Amino acid sequence: MTEISRRDLLAGAVGAVGGAVLAGLPSLAAGQQGAKTAAKAAAKAAAKAAAAPPPLPPIPDDATKLLGTPTTAVGERSRFVNAVRTPIGQVTGVSYTPLQDLTGTITPSDLHFERHHAGVPLLDPARHSLMIHGLVDRPMIFSVDDIKRFPQVTRTHFVECSGNGRGVYRDLKPETTVQIVAGMTSNSEWTGVPLKALFEEAGVKSGAKWFLAEGGDAVLLTRSIPIEKAFDDALVVWGQNGEPMRPEQGYPLRLLLPGFEGNSNVKWLRRLELGAQPWMTRWETSKYTDPLLDGKARIFSFEIDAKSVITSPTYPAQITKGWWPVSGLAWSGRGKITRVEVSTDNGKSWHDAAIDGPALRKAHTRFTHMWEWNGSETTLLSRATDETGYVQPTRADLIRIRGAGTDYHFNPIYGWTVKADGHVFFHGET
Amino acid sequence: MTGDRGPRTEDRERLVAIALLVVATVSLAACSGDSSANAEPSRRYALGRAATTDEIDKWHTDVGPDGAELPAGSGTVASGAEIFKAKCSACHGPDGQGMPPAYPAIVGRDPKGENFPFGTDWKITRTIGNYWPYATTVFDYVRRAMPHTAPGSLTNDEVYSLTAFLLAANQIIPMNSTLDAASLRAVKMPYVSRFVRDDRRGGRDVR
Ligand code: HEC
Repeated sequence: MTEISRRDLLAGAVGAVGGAVLAGLPSLAAGQQGAKTAAKAAAKAAAKAAAAPPPLPPIPDDATKLLGTPTTAVGERSRFVNAVRTPIGQVTGVSYTPLQDLTGTITPSDLHFERHHAGVPLLDPARHSLMIHGLVDRPMIFSVDDIKRFPQVTRTHFVECSGNGRGVYRDLKPETTVQIVAGMTSNSEWTGVPLKALFEEAGVKSGAKWFLAEGGDAVLLTRSIPIEKAFDDALVVWGQNGEPMRPEQGYPLRLLLPGFEGNSNVKWLRRLELGAQPWMTRWETSKYTDPLLDGKARIFSFEIDAKSVITSPTYPAQITKGWWPVSGLAWSGRGKITRVEVSTDNGKSWHDAAIDGPALRKAHTRFTHMWEWNGSETTLLSRATDETGYVQPTRADLIRIRGAGTDYHFNPIYGWTVKADGHVFFHGET
Repeated sequence: MTGDRGPRTEDRERLVAIALLVVATVSLAACSGDSSANAEPSRRYALGRAATTDEIDKWHTDVGPDGAELPAGSGTVASGAEIFKAKCSACHGPDGQGMPPAYPAIVGRDPKGENFPFGTDWKITRTIGNYWPYATTVFDYVRRAMPHTAPGSLTNDEVYSLTAFLLAANQIIPMNSTLDAASLRAVKMPYVSRFVRDDRRGGRDVR
């Protein structure tokens, strides 16, 4: 399928789903419009499909005897690679990163997980700006070009949704891929300006203890952030992995709060207000609070605790006897990963895994442990430790300490059971 | 202001920081965060421009828990019920019971949901009545984000009416109430004291 026809089909499908949902709501003019647009898009997509894309060239017996393809404007993945986010077509939803298909630590920008509450807005950078006001000496407006003239920095950090792992905290279905287990975390090289520099330009008044960050999407998402974060490591970013940030990640501007839960890294950033108190927005009260066992709920639980997950071998792989790299990712919102242990006997013994490359603070860290499978059933586990000495707990620990009903910040040890026939299944009961 | 200087700094950076301290001329803010040994000094770049009062007022619509920024206007529970039927019930259901998972319940005082049992049972629905700590959040969120397909389309009177209706339907205020800035500011939510600041700090303790 060509790029264009694939996109049109997708738009048709999304429109059709949206239209179907909204068509049941006759009071909504937008719904009827949606249905019409969907019908049009579907017809267009059908016409395109009828015009069938040219067949892919056959795979040569000997590629050394045939000229290859010419240069292209934008490269594509090899036709043998099928790394895709899933599910697709959601407007208030999420799409997960295919962790099982990735190597190293950087998430390709077009596979970075998505989470948004009203779709991805289309923002013209020439018209976008960032306002800073409230408890400041000089309320200011910066254009995107203004912001790019400040001294810039490039930092590698993960962004993880604090809802990552909710599904498998509740439901331990063995037929679960690592994409669904933990695919709401991604790691990028971000380029931007320290938020501190922008705040200094506006002049922070002494009473300012919090700031509100507002996104320019269709819910005007708002989060309150303690001011200390601005003077620690917060950034306003526009670059991701060597190019302008993707629309799904906040183009043209995003707040990047290293180690803080994804939702607080406000995308499509348009306004920062400094104040004395938090604003208690819907996203820090109704959502993103953590009910606990003692009839309380944790509020402003920003930091991501240390966590790791094996990304290979995982469901639905089937392995054979012999040597295998047990490989995965570890990360912590409190600093560097100092140790990852792997167990190949369901926790009876643990081995220090090799950590590949420098472990960066608040970034995905790749680990590998070489393992010789002898053909008998076993379970593989991984356990991360960060530089504060925090050790990744088991699921039983979390249920005992926070409760089975807790709703964010899931970081239990995850397992993968290898059956005698080599089939690998998710093992969540740790 | 410096950031939280946890045990985060790389050894190398720590050495550089110590060296700089010895020289004792540079005050380095935020060395916990970045490798700031060669960071730009703090200065103003005279970039950007002043924001006008009009520009600020246009975007400054957020309402915090003290309600200081609530606009003029008012609305009754009765008018809110009418608006809810016309503009909200298609997604949230005629009684606000929701159509999960896509459309959340926004009304509900199920006895099972009283006394904040959510840590033990995730199946009990959290709603404005049994969970939300601040009434002002209802006003702020509905005004900025609802109806989902037409955000920003409600007048302030409509938002006051809908807030009154949602609070009454959640058994927070009487059915004959009228809400304006002063009365909304005075509403106290039943479970506000259940929300506690995060006590996780890393280290050996799992909390
Ligand atoms: C087209 C469907 C639709 C309509 C119409 C609609 N809503 Fe919503 N509403 C949603 C969705 C979807 C969400 C969840 C958004 C998210 O996930 O962030 C939501 C969330 C909410 C919430 C927050 C719930 C929570 O637990 O955090 C409130 C309150 C709310 N709506 C009120 C209203 C009011 C009042 C109206 C009428 C003015 C309205 N909605 C109309 C779809 C709708």
